[in-house]
Amino acid sequence: MADEVVLLDYWLSPFGMRLRIALALKGIKYEHKEEDLTNKSPLLLQSNPVHKKIPVLIHNGKPVCESVVALQYIDEVWNDTAPLLPSDPYLKSQARFWADFVDKKIYGYGKALWTAKGEELEAVQKDHLDCIKLLEGELGDKPFFGGETIGLLDVTLLPFASWFSVYEKFGNLSLEAACPKFIAWLKRCFLIQSVSESLPAAEKLYDYVVQMKKKLGTE
Amino acid sequence: MASDEVVLLDFWPSPFGMRVRIALAEKGVKYEYKNQDLWNKSPLLLQTNPVHKKIPVLIHNGKPVCESLIVLQYIDEVWNHKAPLLPSDPYLRSQAKFWADFVDKKIYVLGWKTWSTKGEELEAAKKEFIDCIKLLEVELGDKPFFGGETLGIVDVSLIPLYSWFSVYEKFGNLSIEPECPVFVAWAKRCLEKESVTKSLPDQDKVCDYALWRRKVLGYE
Repeated sequence: MADEVVLLDYWLSPFGMRLRIALALKGIKYEHKEEDLTNKSPLLLQSNPVHKKIPVLIHNGKPVCESVVALQYIDEVWNDTAPLLPSDPYLKSQARFWADFVDKKIYGYGKALWTAKGEELEAVQKDHLDCIKLLEGELGDKPFFGGETIGLLDVTLLPFASWFSVYEKFGNLSLEAACPKFIAWLKRCFLIQSVSESLPAAEKLYDYVVQMKKKLGTE
Repeated sequence: MASDEVVLLDFWPSPFGMRVRIALAEKGVKYEYKNQDLWNKSPLLLQTNPVHKKIPVLIHNGKPVCESLIVLQYIDEVWNHKAPLLPSDPYLRSQAKFWADFVDKKIYVLGWKTWSTKGEELEAAKKEFIDCIKLLEVELGDKPFFGGETLGIVDVSLIPLYSWFSVYEKFGNLSIEPECPVFVAWAKRCLEKESVTKSLPDQDKVCDYALWRRKVLGYE
């Protein structure tokens, strides 16, 4: 049966990027629909009436919303290749815990990093680094958080991590010196085609931040 | 499974802790309940949840699981012999997880605002709270429970907040039943279940606790 898969997305959304990576890892063909978030399409409003947000995965006409929920859905349906979660319930719970940590901690800091200044910026940077170090601890000696292959936590974290080169330039923060293990993990991930082709180029992100900072007057 | 050691680090008014209590009761899992002093956290709590330092923590054969919705899924996967909290169909599973997430993002946060905010912020929170309950009523439809004929993850995630409704109504000057009769009928059905009644504290006790917290936090 020909699966019809549609992704309602926005190029800059880290949550959308997660789904792009997962679909690419699993070799799933899908139609990518870029949304104008200032003028949301009837399809978006109809498929995510509760939150009206992207990403929305629409599989054979049925929408799945919230990126971590959608990642697990993708993993359960297309379960013949590139598993994102281990089968052991305890290890699954740990992967889900850290993915939740990324949503609670990393996302919030990321936003603050490019609007905060002075002492506030320093405090945010320190908190951000502490979180990255916790994640380094979780990574340990494994090549990826998922073990030998990319897993749920790798996919959840990568889109934020791809912003790090941008944060470094604006936040005057050297992640490579502070978190070499993390940077090594990031580079390893970027060698994987499904990852590099799903994430916007660093230059595009950088240009976007320059523009936004001009608009907000926070250069 | 032979001689499972299950410990729950919890705090009696916590709706997140209540979720885990209900799930364990539904599954008939014997466990040791350890009430925590959140203002003087135990070494065991700090060691088993070093990242967030919060309850509930489920410790199964010495291994800790944190974050209540994650714990519920763990319990469902390990003790899969009875009372399934999630359906087996991936799409229906995704919908259940979506609504459990909605309970956390919306109901819990807005409920908290009804007893901790004032003025315009309170009025806006009350309106949105009722709107969100109505959305849940639509999702429930004609089913006795969100899980269908039996309690599912959404029921277990949401019913603990019912023990706080007297708090929301008292301090937020809110009246839920006239606005959301379908929801209240659902709650009463849940309260007929032993796993729920033995897991939820008395509403008056919760009110007293909230009153104390309001004084301590300076909301009065």
